[in-house]
Amino acid sequence: MSTFNIMIVGVGGQGTLLASRILGNAVISEGYDVKVSEVHGMSQRGGSVVTYVKFGDKVYSPIVDKGEADIILAFELLEAYRALPYLKKGGKMIINDQQINPMPVITGAAQYPQNIKEKLSQVCDITVVDALSMAEKAGNIKAVNVVLIGVMAKNTDIPYETWTDTIKTTVPEKFLEVNLKAFDLGYNSKQ
Amino acid sequence: MKKLLLGNAAVARGAYEAGVRVVSSYPGTPSTEITESIVQYPEIFVEWAPNEKVAAEVVIGSSVAGGRAMSCCKHVGLNVMADPVFTVSYIGANAGLVFCVADDPGMHSSQNEQDSRHYAKASKTLMLEPSDSSECKEFTKRAFELSEKFDVPVFIRLSTRVSHSQSLVELEDREEIELKPYEKNIAKNVMMPANAVKRHVLVEKRNLELIEFAENTDLNCIENNNGKIGVITSGICDMYAHEALGDKVNYLKLGMVYPLPEKKIKDFAAMCDKVYVIEELDPFIEEHCKAIGVQVIGKDVFTMLGEYTPSMIKKAVLGEESAESISADEAIPVRPPVMCAGCPHRGTFYVLKKLGLTVSGDIGCYTLGAAAPLQSVDTTICMGASVSAAHGMAKARGDEFNKKLVSVIGDSTFIHSGITGLIDIVYNKGINTVIILDNSITGMTGHQDNPTTGKTIRGEATKQVDLVRLCQAVGIDYVTVADPFDVKNFEKVVKEEINRQAPSVIIAQRPCALLKTVKYKGHCVITDACKKCKMCMKLGCPAISLEGDAVRIDTTQCNGCGLCTNVCPFGAIKKED
Repeated sequence: MSTFNIMIVGVGGQGTLLASRILGNAVISEGYDVKVSEVHGMSQRGGSVVTYVKFGDKVYSPIVDKGEADIILAFELLEAYRALPYLKKGGKMIINDQQINPMPVITGAAQYPQNIKEKLSQVCDITVVDALSMAEKAGNIKAVNVVLIGVMAKNTDIPYETWTDTIKTTVPEKFLEVNLKAFDLGYNSKQ
Repeated sequence: MKKLLLGNAAVARGAYEAGVRVVSSYPGTPSTEITESIVQYPEIFVEWAPNEKVAAEVVIGSSVAGGRAMSCCKHVGLNVMADPVFTVSYIGANAGLVFCVADDPGMHSSQNEQDSRHYAKASKTLMLEPSDSSECKEFTKRAFELSEKFDVPVFIRLSTRVSHSQSLVELEDREEIELKPYEKNIAKNVMMPANAVKRHVLVEKRNLELIEFAENTDLNCIENNNGKIGVITSGICDMYAHEALGDKVNYLKLGMVYPLPEKKIKDFAAMCDKVYVIEELDPFIEEHCKAIGVQVIGKDVFTMLGEYTPSMIKKAVLGEESAESISADEAIPVRPPVMCAGCPHRGTFYVLKKLGLTVSGDIGCYTLGAAAPLQSVDTTICMGASVSAAHGMAKARGDEFNKKLVSVIGDSTFIHSGITGLIDIVYNKGINTVIILDNSITGMTGHQDNPTTGKTIRGEATKQVDLVRLCQAVGIDYVTVADPFDVKNFEKVVKEEINRQAPSVIIAQRPCALLKTVKYKGHCVITDACKKCKMCMKLGCPAISLEGDAVRIDTTQCNGCGLCTNVCPFGAIKKED
């Protein structure tokens, strides 16, 4: 009775919440039981944010424990590194190649770890994408979240149309074009 | 039809289906989205009240008058609404009366980790605790029925993981419930001593009936898997336990957490060799079990701190280790929340820090003024305390101390309970300076309107509280409105007011940078004129950081608010489109 566990990590304000909602809704259209655990409140103000999407025949706990994430979708390098203990043995990380300095690094109280991608690639399967450039290409840098959903979608059995249909029902009309473009750029990116 | 809903949205759906007429709340994470979700139902009157006590009284009024009603708050909000709640336990419910309270184990967005179940016991009411969105909807409907059946206000207790997890919910139609007749009933509704003495007798009798109900209701259910180990749980812990222990143990899931049954627990314990109570925060169920003579294992193996996880439960109960995991072999810097790029509060705290003032703080985004590098805030207690605690500080340490002391409080928080502290200062001859951080919205909880914004929860235009006139009306003769991004002038104003031998208010006015109406353009860049004095670094802006010894502005983070251009002594930061 195992579930498929996806963990989305990033920095408050990057749009991880919308990403997890698109994911959750795409999964239910495929007939699975699903739970999506979100983060609201203070950490949305530039802190580390973690959301979980779990699906399967029956999902009990909405959270993902250490060593249990099949896929980690990381919106930022340091957050990818932080989430590493949650990755299942043989799991996959999809990482947005972007560095956002946390306040302890800005104030000089801590160092931003060097060569995160190299270190991660030595211990797990990673795909690195420049979602920021793709979002810019789609027309809005805020569409980083949907680009990443596109990359992730390619790694699931859920059909393309299910994803685009879900985006159509989840995203406000006026941002739809940009988001569909962003999704395609992610979906068709080299992995 | 099944829909993926947040626990909070499912409570709102339950209230809608149960024919609720009035919902009044004050925002507070993790409860806010319940009331926000009510907005989609035009059949319900919904409002943001100035504070939780007012909200509770509004819904009590609705219940007395015959209309089903609900008020929602976070755990600390329940402290504010406690006064009417304890007495309405005596009055009971004419139409169904529900208080939904969301606890925050792990303190994702709170100042303490209190366990609200104690309130149900202390007020001798009834409390239900759902474990997922489907139960959130179902239990909310049950809560209204039980409230009317037993003439009792009913609590629904949520926790962050239930409130903020989405799961599937079967949607049903709304049941139109007729208004209950309103009849004047002094003996029941006027809680003066002679009446309350009689009502108390009924409250105790009702409590016995509720215990009897707890023994038989399907809200408390036993799942017998023929295991030797028994587990008593409620809420989210039931989900964690099922994930961790599967069918290896027997379960007693308590959907009703107050009053608790006796016989049912004893019968369950008799089925098992060993019984664990798995509950986050306080040993509420555990103490009850022990009081009725049932030996259970609880807080001797489970912590009273923070949230639980399935792996923690698996280890404690079955002795099984959790899944293998890989860790980085170096320290990973933490990423605490920060004031956003463009946040109006940054200008205020920059000045307060520069002047070396003691800052009596409050609850909101601006609590982050205590974080590095600004570290300006000295105290944070509860909503409104910035004003009244500063009054106490000044009275204890005298005028000289007071000249280096200010209170900071947001617009919504000021209306919530800062105004009463300000009246205290005026009335009792304080000379404090209070800074109202007017960012035109309730920020931290995610942009709710409030009495100072001129809009209702439905976005309709309404009378707007005029903060200047309000402060003047309570006796503040010196009220100054200043833009915190004009740091020079703001500093001048603060200096003037703290040295004044009279109480004063500064309204630091600039809207939240995340509001759609705020359209900063372009971004800022460091030019060659930079002397590396690092003055801009003192702002603690997430967009400005050091690269080697050079200052750099991350254009993906910068929103072009321009505050840094105002603090650079060499004019070395320029705005670009």
